[in-house]
Amino acid sequence: MELLVTDTKFGSGSRWLLLHALSVFAFLYLPIVILILYSFNREGVGGFPPHHLTLDWYRTLFADEAIWDSVLNSLQVAFAAVVISLTLGVPAALAVERAQFPGKAVFRRLVLLPLILPGIITGLSLSMLFKVIGTNTSLTTIILGHGTALISVATTEVFAGLQKLDRAQEEASLDLGANYWQTFWRITLPNLKLPIIGAALLIFTLSMDEIAVSFFLIGRDNTLPLEIWGRLRRGITPEINAVSTVIFVFSLVAIVLWYRLRMRAEGGADAGTEIAQAIEGDAA
Amino acid sequence: MFSRAYKAAVTLPPLVWVTVFLLIPYLLMFCYSFWSVSESQAIVHSWNLVNYGDLLRVDVYWQTLLRSMWIAARVTIFSLLLGYPLAYFLSFSAGRKKDLLYQLVIIPLWVSYLVRAYAWKTILGSDGVLNTLLQYVHLTKHPLEFLLYSPFAVVLTLTHIYTPFAFLPIYAALEHIPRNLVEASHDLGATPGQTFWKVILPLSIPGVVAGATFAFVLSLGDFLAPLLLGGPSGIMISNIVVSLFGAAYNWPLGAAISFCMLLLVVSLLFFSERLEKKWSFS
Repeated sequence: MELLVTDTKFGSGSRWLLLHALSVFAFLYLPIVILILYSFNREGVGGFPPHHLTLDWYRTLFADEAIWDSVLNSLQVAFAAVVISLTLGVPAALAVERAQFPGKAVFRRLVLLPLILPGIITGLSLSMLFKVIGTNTSLTTIILGHGTALISVATTEVFAGLQKLDRAQEEASLDLGANYWQTFWRITLPNLKLPIIGAALLIFTLSMDEIAVSFFLIGRDNTLPLEIWGRLRRGITPEINAVSTVIFVFSLVAIVLWYRLRMRAEGGADAGTEIAQAIEGDAA
Repeated sequence: MFSRAYKAAVTLPPLVWVTVFLLIPYLLMFCYSFWSVSESQAIVHSWNLVNYGDLLRVDVYWQTLLRSMWIAARVTIFSLLLGYPLAYFLSFSAGRKKDLLYQLVIIPLWVSYLVRAYAWKTILGSDGVLNTLLQYVHLTKHPLEFLLYSPFAVVLTLTHIYTPFAFLPIYAALEHIPRNLVEASHDLGATPGQTFWKVILPLSIPGVVAGATFAFVLSLGDFLAPLLLGGPSGIMISNIVVSLFGAAYNWPLGAAISFCMLLLVVSLLFFSERLEKKWSFS
């Protein structure tokens, strides 16, 4: 019905809109298609048409220890960043929603700042801190950097979840004699399961892809994006296409899983939209 | 209903952490911007405005800053031109396919940003996919050299990367427009064009402002796309900061530039928030 109405309303205009939408999708997907296609091209990257399909680049990739070391480093960093940013982001969201304290407005903005501020500024200022206190850069400093910058994501996601939460359950729990600690673990946290899982997935993928902050905090061990970056500076190598394709497939699986989880639990805005609103709108 | 102890328990840990790892580092960067570097490359803790003076005096700094803003402005305009009609199409004409298409806009964000920039490099290079394709179909005899290592390549790549960021808040704004307003406008005799210009567009302005802010701020601070695809004419302000922290080893000057960027970004956020409030209808 709605489709019918809009069709008559917008008439010939909607054909142009459709065409425009198709072109934008083509623009968004072109590099990804090229990337995947040329990961199977024996002659490597570039050159049209691609021919001699091969799995050689994948073989090279699986034999390449430096890449897999960096993947392991990135996984470590991402897991640790999820733990840190959730451990601090969940209380931060509770604080923003439930407590009044001096400097609250500044605190809220400061937490969100790394999300919109160019990563280079956050990375630089943290590297200055570590320099001043005399800490050498390593994976640990990257973990601290990611963990800190991504508290923003945890806070916005959990905050959005908290606003939909029914306070009556917590009140009932407290009235029935549970203390705050028990209420938090048994009522508040289980009710926030979905936003927390969503935030964790988002933080994980953002950390896996992060480069600007890591750039200034890197020690001897590379993360995957920095390893790729190092190779790109030396020239184009088709293993990069192969490793990117592998990661893309993993990401797709993660999205589908997340989407089904969300569908089952029903509703809510998408993570990206919530973050957009948190930064731009005056939510609290 | 929450006790003071509860509030303190949820407030203090993040407050302390954010102070130590965000507030103090940003302030430290501010301090650094007043210091200088000695002959022996040690940081001299004497306070002066030399770095800010250099910013105004040395052409390459403020020119690069202006060029970065111009690149970011173009990226913003193109992202809006691509993102707005797409968001409009999804919101008003896509019917039941809406959710699927929405996911399709998001999915490219899951491919590493670095890798997508690199994919554009393989497309635009002189032996790249596009040039060999053009020669294959005999449209050109020689590779087009302006495609890669130019501001064009940077604008194209950043537009590709930030279009979904511009799209998201616009789509959210369009979705929040009560459909009966659109129907009412139509019933009262407005043409589709009038309905768009007088009802839909004004109501979606907050989303447009948010999307534009995202695209502008995120592309302004970018340093990877210019390094990969920009060539000498596509250098942006962050590239200068990076080199000041690396090879050129002048942290204080780098800090001064970074602090100017920070001020620029924060004031843009401030203004866009004002603008959105002014235009929001709820």
